Amino acid sequence: MSGFSDVKKIFGGGTTSTARQAGILLSLVAIVLVFQFWTNGLTLTPGNLIAVVNQYSYILILAIGMVMVIIAGHIDLSVGSVAAFTGIIVAKAMADFNLPWPLAIVLGLVVGALIGAWQGFWVAYVGVPAFIVTLAGMLIFRGGNQYIGAATAVPVPEGFTAIGAGYLPEIGPDTGYNNLTLVLGFLAVVALAWREWRARRTQAEMGSETAPVWVSIARVVIIGAVVLYAAFLFAGGRVGTSFPVSGLILVALVIAYSFLTRNTIIGRHIYAVGGNSHAAELSGVKSKRVNFFVMMNMSILAGLAGMIFIARAGASGGQDGNGWELDAIAAAFIGGTAVAGGVGTVIGAIIGGLVMAFLNNGLQLVGAGADLVQIVKGLVLLLAVAIDVYNRSQGRFSIIGIFRPKRRSGPSDQTPTPTTGTPDTAKPGAVTVNN
Amino acid sequence: MVDRPVILEMRSITKEFPGVKALSDVSIAVRAGEVHAICGENGAGKSTLMKVLSGVYPFGTYEGQIVYQAEEVRFRDIRSSEAAGIVIIHQELALIPELSITENIFLGNEPGRGGVINWKEAKKRAVQLLARVGLRDDPDTLIKDIGVGKQQLVEIAKALNKDVKLLILDEPTAALNENDSQHLLDLIVGLKGKGIASIMISHKLNEIEQIADSITIIRDGKTIETLDVRGGDVNEDRIIRGMVGRSLQSRFPDRTPHIGEVFFEVRNWTVQHPLVTERLVCKNESFTVRKGEIVGFAGLMGAGRTELAMSIFGRSYGNFVDGQVFKDGKEIQLRNVSEAIDHGLAYVSEDRKSLGLNLLDDIKRSVVSAKLGKISRGQVVDDFKEHSIADEYRKSLRIKTPTVDEGVSKLSGGNQQKVVLAKWMFTDPDLLILDEPTRGIDVGAKFEIYGIIQQLAAQGKGVIVISSELPELIGLSDRIYTIFEGQITNEFTSAEAEPEMLMKSMTSTSKKAEAA
Ligand SMILES: Nc1ncnc2c1ncn2[C@@H]1O[C@H](COP(=O)(O)OP(=O)(O)OP(=O)(O)O)[C@@H](O)[C@H]1O
Ligand SMILES: [Mg+2]
Repeated sequence: MSGFSDVKKIFGGGTTSTARQAGILLSLVAIVLVFQFWTNGLTLTPGNLIAVVNQYSYILILAIGMVMVIIAGHIDLSVGSVAAFTGIIVAKAMADFNLPWPLAIVLGLVVGALIGAWQGFWVAYVGVPAFIVTLAGMLIFRGGNQYIGAATAVPVPEGFTAIGAGYLPEIGPDTGYNNLTLVLGFLAVVALAWREWRARRTQAEMGSETAPVWVSIARVVIIGAVVLYAAFLFAGGRVGTSFPVSGLILVALVIAYSFLTRNTIIGRHIYAVGGNSHAAELSGVKSKRVNFFVMMNMSILAGLAGMIFIARAGASGGQDGNGWELDAIAAAFIGGTAVAGGVGTVIGAIIGGLVMAFLNNGLQLVGAGADLVQIVKGLVLLLAVAIDVYNRSQGRFSIIGIFRPKRRSGPSDQTPTPTTGTPDTAKPGAVTVNN
Repeated sequence: MVDRPVILEMRSITKEFPGVKALSDVSIAVRAGEVHAICGENGAGKSTLMKVLSGVYPFGTYEGQIVYQAEEVRFRDIRSSEAAGIVIIHQELALIPELSITENIFLGNEPGRGGVINWKEAKKRAVQLLARVGLRDDPDTLIKDIGVGKQQLVEIAKALNKDVKLLILDEPTAALNENDSQHLLDLIVGLKGKGIASIMISHKLNEIEQIADSITIIRDGKTIETLDVRGGDVNEDRIIRGMVGRSLQSRFPDRTPHIGEVFFEVRNWTVQHPLVTERLVCKNESFTVRKGEIVGFAGLMGAGRTELAMSIFGRSYGNFVDGQVFKDGKEIQLRNVSEAIDHGLAYVSEDRKSLGLNLLDDIKRSVVSAKLGKISRGQVVDDFKEHSIADEYRKSLRIKTPTVDEGVSKLSGGNQQKVVLAKWMFTDPDLLILDEPTRGIDVGAKFEIYGIIQQLAAQGKGVIVISSELPELIGLSDRIYTIFEGQITNEFTSAEAEPEMLMKSMTSTSKKAEAA
């Protein structure tokens, strides 16, 4: 039994939220594998993977902001409209005023920030519920997009398309692969191993229990192998393609925001406000500022997503960003974010978003229509959250438990008996979500 | 007493949470028409045992047997235990503040036909039920508009409506003042006369001594003994010996105060009620605190003690009207909580669940949450320091938990209180304001907390203690201010302070000379 909890730790890390992520990660792997067989190997091909990244990077970027908004106890329905509104302004600025594209990107971020400040003002300082503010925003900025664009598509110039449809350049010897992508893959594995080593070292210094060494090694080897495999796939596509630039932007944002939410003061304050805003205020947290920040941050990311989208599409149009808010919200919830706020992680939301992305993609590959895709996506959202709610009501986390041969009723069977000297295997956080 | 039939027997109950064995092999037997008390330290497993009994933890999630009225019962949920006449009133009140008394009493149990509620009938019955618990309030009053004492009585009225045979009360008087507590205890005794047995959990041992017929003592999830109060000489010391395994020499640690000069002063503090602006909750109040001094604030519930403390602590209550705060001779501005914290103030709230803690958080994060800057470089929080600091507090305050990575929601009530204390000690305040710091805390831990308060004072800090327990205030404080209806009525030194005199100043504006 203790061996089993060690196996869980390979992905679980030990804390509650990572255990939840481990479950959703397993579902993601399962979905990818199912479609890999169903499509006779079409899912994990270079071309398809690159397409998935290109198609979903902007949704995943939205999911980053959305999970923070939801953790703080709000919601943002306006992201699709804000993305479209920013897109049209940026496209117009380049088309009509010949604004150079790097400046246009800055302009887009500024527009996002201004919209965010507008919405943040109503939410944080006037106290209008974010649901209402952003419902209004959804209408206002959709209308704004159509007013400015006059219902026509506005094309964007060549250089700008790099952020949505660009790839890493081909440099170095001809290996048959995109060399930069391979290098990035290797660097990622090194970083992974280094992080694992450092985490073990700090744990040892803290005197807190560390998982057995083989758990760490297994984790690095398994995740490293997946990363390298992906790197070779991305690098091995059509010449001229590689890991997309939009994907790189996404990865950079995921790393930055994971750090922000986990390790910084403002990150802690977001969780505090979402968990119990009265207690947070009595602890000196300026909750208005926190609320303003998450709303503003969301709109900046929405602006960025909008720009990546028009860069990929080559033009800005009146229907851009329709329904994105729902995908972003679904990603956050599938990724284990609590509906009432206070609980969630960036990485969880990303995994949740990837579940949606691969479902969508796989169903399209097997020839399912848009109608069916929507039905399946709806059911998956419902199921994922239902499982989570059920597990929480049972005081445990047990995607793995489902596969166990025998389930005694009640959480007591979740108490592993430590056999290896250290009491760490009995660490409750690894198996419950009841907090 | 002994010859009465046993109506409830819990046999060899074992309940495990992941990593924690909350109960192991606990047995208790309750006789018909008795008041059975359960005593034990914080985290001993009292609440857990009652949750097992009332179906909060359903059959199958624990081991052991529950025999009720000579039959084995297996409750699936609270509803099924209520159907059998077992009603639990939880440690935290479960009334809905925005609904009226009537609506709360009949919530989930509405009288009427075909889904249509018969309000006339409901109100009639509500009045009768309220009369049985000695309340004469209008049943249309909203719950949020009546005090906690009355809310507790409404809970009991609600239980009576369910045709209760066995009433479980988990720390019912923790949030009540002495009058309200006494009223509640009388009521429990009265119910006993009508054949309703009660199980009562309380850390106020004097109450237990007063009304219990028998006492089961639990320590570390095990039954230690059952005492027959009516049959023998059971007193508080005897109970304490059972709870902590040794006798406690005195209730307060020894201390020689070293009091310095005045370093904190509040002048003419005037604050409006946040909604009803004509009402002043603090009327021109002035007081001082000296270095190394423990100052007590005595007053009845609703006298405005919490309001005074919170409004000083960064204006976190009411609308500021007038007044000045001086620290070390200089006037300081405390416009928001972070300014107050920066000026070395700390406020430990009386309401830890809704104002003291984020229940979604783990222990280590909670401990450092009021002064994250102290363990951060730039904006980045140092996990390592966080863990080691939290662990130090775990050891020094003896917080009962396997690790500081545990969520605070999994701690017992008393241990949560220690986490809140740790959180504010970590801010290293010059003036620590403690609002009902020992509410829900066991005798042993109380002694420890008094020790901590005295230590802080010995370091030259000022401490303000707000408490509804007069013996606690008198035992702990160097000086006591009495507050009545938003005014400071009197000031007593520890030598002068006596319960009757304090009580007089807490219930009228009469001056000390008249009171004495
Ligand atoms: N849901 C839970 N998950 C994990 N551990 C729990 C949970 N609920 C209670 N515990 C643990 O079980 C033990 C008993 O807790 P319980 O609440 O019954 O104590 P108690 O005797 O009521 O204490 P107090 O006097 O402080 O209220 C404690 O160690 C507590 O940490
Ligand atoms: Mg309890």
